[in-house]
Order: sequence, then structure tokens, then C-alpha cells
Amino acid sequence: MGVFSIFPARASTAAGEVDALYAFLLVVGVGMTALIFFFVFLFAVKYRRKSPDEAAPKAIHGSLPLEITWSVAPFLVMLVMFAWGTKLYFQNYTPPLHDTFDIYVTGKQWMWKVQYPTGQREINEMHVPTGRPIKLILASEDVIHSFYIPAFRLKHDVVPGSYQTYWFEAKEPGRYHIFCAEYCGTNHSDMGGWVTVMTPNDFENWLAGGTGGSMRDQGEKLFQQYGCVTCHVTDREGRCPSLLNVFGHPVVLDDGRTVLADEAYVRESILNPNAKVVKGYKHDIMPVFQGQIGEDGLLQLIAYIKSLSPPMPRSGKAAAPAPAKGSK
Amino acid sequence: MSTTLPFAQTETRSNYLNVDYGWKSWLFTTDHKRIALLYLFSITAFFFVGGAFAVGMRLNLLTPEGLFAHDTYNKLFTMHGIIMVFFFLVPSIPATLGNFLVPIMIGARDLAFPRINLLSWYLYIIGGVIALTAVVQGGVDTGWTFYAPFSSTYSNTHVILTAIGVFVSGFSSILTGLNFIVTIHTMRAPGMTWGRLPLFVWGHYATSLIQVLGTPVIAITLVLLGLERILHAGIFDPAVGGDPVLFQHLFWFYSHPAVYIMILPGMAVISEIIACFSRKSIFGYTFVAISSIAIAVLGFLVWGHHLFVAGQSMYASMVFSFLSFLVAIPSAIKVFNWTATMYKGSVSYETPMLYAFGFIGLFTIGGLTGLFLATMAIDVHVTDTYFVIAHFHYVMVGGMVMAYLGGIHFWFPKISGRMYPEGWAKFAALIVFVGFNLTFFPQFILGYQGMPRRYAHYPPEFQVLNVMSTAGASILAVGYLIPMIYLAWAWRNGPKAPQNPWNAKGLEWEQSPTPPPTFNFDHQPVVTEPAYNYSGEEQEVELGRQ
Repeated sequence: MGVFSIFPARASTAAGEVDALYAFLLVVGVGMTALIFFFVFLFAVKYRRKSPDEAAPKAIHGSLPLEITWSVAPFLVMLVMFAWGTKLYFQNYTPPLHDTFDIYVTGKQWMWKVQYPTGQREINEMHVPTGRPIKLILASEDVIHSFYIPAFRLKHDVVPGSYQTYWFEAKEPGRYHIFCAEYCGTNHSDMGGWVTVMTPNDFENWLAGGTGGSMRDQGEKLFQQYGCVTCHVTDREGRCPSLLNVFGHPVVLDDGRTVLADEAYVRESILNPNAKVVKGYKHDIMPVFQGQIGEDGLLQLIAYIKSLSPPMPRSGKAAAPAPAKGSK
Repeated sequence: MSTTLPFAQTETRSNYLNVDYGWKSWLFTTDHKRIALLYLFSITAFFFVGGAFAVGMRLNLLTPEGLFAHDTYNKLFTMHGIIMVFFFLVPSIPATLGNFLVPIMIGARDLAFPRINLLSWYLYIIGGVIALTAVVQGGVDTGWTFYAPFSSTYSNTHVILTAIGVFVSGFSSILTGLNFIVTIHTMRAPGMTWGRLPLFVWGHYATSLIQVLGTPVIAITLVLLGLERILHAGIFDPAVGGDPVLFQHLFWFYSHPAVYIMILPGMAVISEIIACFSRKSIFGYTFVAISSIAIAVLGFLVWGHHLFVAGQSMYASMVFSFLSFLVAIPSAIKVFNWTATMYKGSVSYETPMLYAFGFIGLFTIGGLTGLFLATMAIDVHVTDTYFVIAHFHYVMVGGMVMAYLGGIHFWFPKISGRMYPEGWAKFAALIVFVGFNLTFFPQFILGYQGMPRRYAHYPPEFQVLNVMSTAGASILAVGYLIPMIYLAWAWRNGPKAPQNPWNAKGLEWEQSPTPPPTFNFDHQPVVTEPAYNYSGEEQEVELGRQ
């Protein structure tokens, strides 16, 4: 990696696409700059004042056709930038609905905690396989951070009080920087780490290494410990909805809206159950867990609740990102 | 600076400088020109304070391990940003050159509210002193963006005091804007129609609109931040039920338009300089004038482009991305029209024109790299990296400060009655240009390679580019010190300026003595021709308008 190389390592499928778009903007940008510099230089030299008492030149007040041309032409080029950039943005921020490998990342001043569904936990290290869509579920325990992997050309802020996600597919085995990109206090610049991209085989071996029980198992313990199990699985009195086959499916709410039961929905329903109540159920039945469960525990609970929904039926193109409506 | 300004030569006629020398005549003046000078000295002081912080930052970044403790570096970049944005860039051209020139350019004796004008300077000073007190007491480490919940809950530094300083100085900005709007509407000389206003005045009109409409929002935001910090009101901190992204929406609702507060007056100066040193009427006057208003209006609708990675709805991001491309059009129109103005002109290369060339080049790069950031997929990679730092320094320093220095040189004879040394001035302009590019161009590359901003430490592979940047900053610092020295020297010792040394058009050169008397004109000026009538071909008399 030469110091003066314009492009850093390209380790994800998105990296090449972002670089291609960047190259397009570079060509346009350098071309426009050259054009303007050329004319400024040309006019400045060609029409330089030859003698101090030169007569003032004839006025030229402007030209409507020129104004229209140099407003509309750049606009058309910008439309290409806009459409291309928007399409890629939706693509990189919309995880495939199925078949992702989910990794749970929690930021806190000043470290990254990384958890795998299989139970591995790491600090400031993340291991991912090539050739498989990886979905990150990002949470923060304190201030805003940003999980940034330059070699993937991707980042997303990690905002306390919510889950943020993005996804990628790693391509090149190697070790790449993780940075915190949103200023978060004293040791912001040390809140980094490494992502290790491995071949699928190496990754399977790595996953098979020691673990203190999968996230799902840990979540199940919490599920019993907090008493969730009494209502949400075995309840016969209809006080609360069963959580079997809920995750990943649409849920109809009592105000008539329909939401997708994703990580953010489950998280909100644990912390603040009255925010989105399922149709047919009463408010104020379930205790509010705001401030009772840490971010790690929440992620484990979610991993357990996910396991209560059997795998989705797979269609042929399941791994393709959902095309974003109106992104063109 | 509180006492007399050295202007000891025997002057036959009375002007705004020699009319009185006592300190009271300065601190209690209501003369817009004297208030402009009060501002000039105060913002120059803040510029060098902010610059000193930048020197500390660049020294720290010479090596990957850094020179200072993390907390020290975090305070350095925070205070650099706060001082430069709120106490230098926002007031810079409007409060100095604008204050001095807007009334003269439209043929008025003063601004509409002279005492409010003085009040705005005092508010600025009070705000500045409060902010400096926070600095002296140990500083603040939130970044100039004050993002919650770090600023509201986690930072242990002087957030409240700093916020109060910014809050108070915001009123100074509002009052200046209000004063300009009323003055431009009601105090134009006979014949000074809207279509004849110098583009300098149009630019300041657009700026004033933003100041009046935008600044209250940052004031409200800072009050909410204070409530959150002191009372844990639960507005921004999710731990008590708030929304941290709401802070960003509120903050950027002002702070994005604020970048147009910073650049529109720069554009206003460039229009004057290019017309004068090309001896040409501005190509596409109407388009340049209206583009200022378009920037002011559209500028209010693009704040969300700071939140592409912050978790706002992707569809909202899409709209903000589109509008951000739109706002680039009026900026491009200006650059094209300035270039076209030189076509078949009579171009000469005095110092102000050199700065205008520099402005066009650097602003073009700054503007075009803005398109990279408006392109969402690229923004995801480069936001919060040095790419953004380089981009906005190309606009704010390469653009605004170049225009400011160009304007200071252009109107120095008007303001001081003296000429500055042209050779030194050209030399300094060259140094500034070279130093600037060496400082900030490597940062574009650093950013795309992924170096995040606000890093006290960095991985060693980024060192070469950082060393280049620090070397450039040293050159740039010299480039800023040289004009300080020769302008101070010329104020006392420069050759006397004729009334119109550049043979420029405009009431301030043609009808107001140099330096101007207290009420600017010896006779009520009457305007009979369009602005920039360098060719002299349109002398139609039109006196129908009061």
C-alpha cells in the first residue's frame, strides 16, 4: 500500500463499486477544474492590460443561452451522480433479508465489543468470512460512535438508544482497520481495532473455537431470568403475544399500522413495551425494561427471539439486497 | 487598540478617522466605519487565537504518537473550530467590510440603526470574552459541533460557558443582519434601484437573510443543550428519553446555512474585484445577484446531508442529497460568470485580483469536492474523515479568507487613506496560495485513504501526508503574518491614497472622499448609471425614483 496511492485496499464487494463512482466524480471534477482554470488563465493572459491608460473595453452584459447552458449541463451531470450515489447508498445500507451472518457490535467509550451468534466475544477485533453477506447490528452504551472500515468503504454512526445496521460482503482475506469515526471523547482516536477477513474454511475453524455458550443460549437464560417466558411462550390467558414465529414477520399494531419485527422493533418492545402494542393486546401489562437490561443482554435476548422463528423459506435470489423503492 | 489610531499627518479635510482621537470617540461611536474598524481589530485578534490552536494541532499531528495528551488535542481542535467559525468566519466580511461599505455603496450616511450597530459589536465582544474565559479556565472538548449526548452528559469541560459565549455573539450576528436588511431596503440614494445595486450589496443582503432567519435556531439549540446538561431534561440524551439525532437536525439547520453566511460575503467581494480589475461590467449581473438569493434560500433545505450516516431515514437522505446538488448550481453560475467577465476585458494583476484568482481556483475545488459529499455512497466512506476537513477548508479558508484578504487590500486605501506596498502584498498572496494548497490538498488523499478527523493519534501509514500538511501550515502562517506587518506599517507610513486609486466604479470610490467623512458624502449622491459601468456607454439619466 503505497503512501500516495489514491485508493486504499479494496476488501469488500462494495469497495470496488464506491471506487468506481469516486473515479467518475474525479474525472468530472478534474475536468471541470481544468476547464475553469484554462479559461481563467487564457482570459487573464490574453486580455491583460497592455498599458495603464488603456481604454475601457466594451461592456458585455451577459448571454441568456450561455447562462442556461452552464446551469443545465452541470445539472444533468449531477443527476447522474445523484442517481448512482443514491442507488449504491440504498444497496449498502439495506441488508439482504435472508441468509445474512449477523454480528452484534456494541460501542462504548472507548472500545468495540463484538459478539457472534455462536457465542464468541471479542474486543476491538472482528472476524468475518469472505463470500457471505455479513449484517452488523450496531448499538452504543453511551455516546455516538461510528463503526468505520475504510477497506470496505463503509461506516455508520452508532447511536445510543437505537440499533443501526449495515451489511457487506468481504472479498479479500487480510487485516484491515476499524476506526471510530464519530468523535466520542478523550480516547476517540484509540477506539479502533482490526477486522480479519478469512476464507470460509478458516472462518469455520475459528468459529469452532472456544465459546461460553452461544448468544442464543445466553439469551434464553435471560429470557427465563427476566420472566419473559411465563407470558411470551407458555401463557394461555392471552395477555401477551407469543413470540414463536414473530421475528422477521410483519406485525399488525393496535393502531392499525404494520411493522416488521426486526431487531430495532424487538429492542423497543423490550425497553418500552407501550410504544408499539400488537393488535388485540392491552397496554401496561408488560413491565418497562428501560435501564434494566444492558446492550449486551438485549442483543442476546434478540438472538434468542430470532431462534424462535424457524428459518425463512429460501427463494433463489434470497441474498440479493431488496431493491430500494424510488432509489433511481 | 482602544486609544488613538495613528494618523498624525496634517490633514486639511475632516474625515471619520481624524474627527476625534479620544478613546470614547471609538468605544461610543455610532459611525459604521469606526465600528467596522473595531470589528476589524477584534476579529483579527480572534483569527490569530484560532490560528494558534491550529498551530498546536498541526504540531501534534507531525508524528503518529502525537505531541500532546489526548484531552489537550481534543480541546485544541474544538476551540480552533469554535473561535474560527463563530468569532472569525461568521462576522468576518459582513461586520468589517460590509459594515464599512454597505451604507457608502448605496449612498447612505450610515446604517439604519447606528446604535444597534454598536450594540452588536459589544455583544460580539461579550460573547467572545465569555468564550475566551472558557478557554482560559481549561477549555472545552466537544468539537465545535457540540454533538449530544457527549456534550450534554459526558463531557467534563466548560460546555455551558462556551455555549453562552456563542449564544450571546449570535445576537450580534442577528442585529448586523437586521441592520443591513433595513438599510438596503430604506436608505438607497436616489437612482440606486435594486437593479443597480453593487453585487457586494446583493451578497450582503442574502447573507443578512440567513443571519436573521437561521441564527435564532442555533440559539434555541444551545439553550436546549444547556437545559439537558443542567436539568437532564431528556431532549437529546436517550438514557433519559431524548433523541441525539434531533440535536444534529437542529444544529445543522443553522450551521449549514451558516456556511453560506461565511461564503456569500466572500463571493460579494470577488464580484467587485473582478469587475474592477477587468474594467468590465459583470457578465450576467442578474444571474450573479439572484444566485446569491438562491443560495440563501436553498441553503436552508440541505442540512440533512450532514446526517447520511447518522441514522436518518434513507428517503430523507435522498431528498437532502438531491437538494445539495441543486445548491451547487448557483455557486457554479457565479464562477462561470466571473470567468466570463474577464473575456475581452482589460485585466491587470494587482494584489486584490491575485486573491480573486486564488479564490476562483480554490473555491472551485472546494465546491466540486462538495459534490463528492453530496453523493451519498461516497459520503458514507469519506464523511468524518480528512476529506471533509479538506473540503470545507477549501471553501472557508481557500474561498472566504482569500476573499477577505483580497477585500482588505482592495479597500485598504479607502479605509486608511494610504496605499499598501504592492510588492510585499503580491509576495504574501503567493505564499498564502502555496501554503494553503500544501496544507489542505494532502488531506483529500488522507481522507479517501480513511483517516478519521479529530484523531490525536493515527496509524503510521498516514504520517507522510500529515507532515506535508504541517509543512504547508507553517508556510501559510507566514503568509498570514506578512500582511499584518506591512498593513500596520502602511497605515502610518504608506503613500497617501488618491480618492480612487483603482479607477473603480461605485459610489464609495467615485463620490465619497478618501478616507470618507463621518457622514460619507459631501453631497447627497445621485445614481444615474448601472453598477460596473466601466465602459461608460450607458449614461441614461433616470431620476424617477426616490
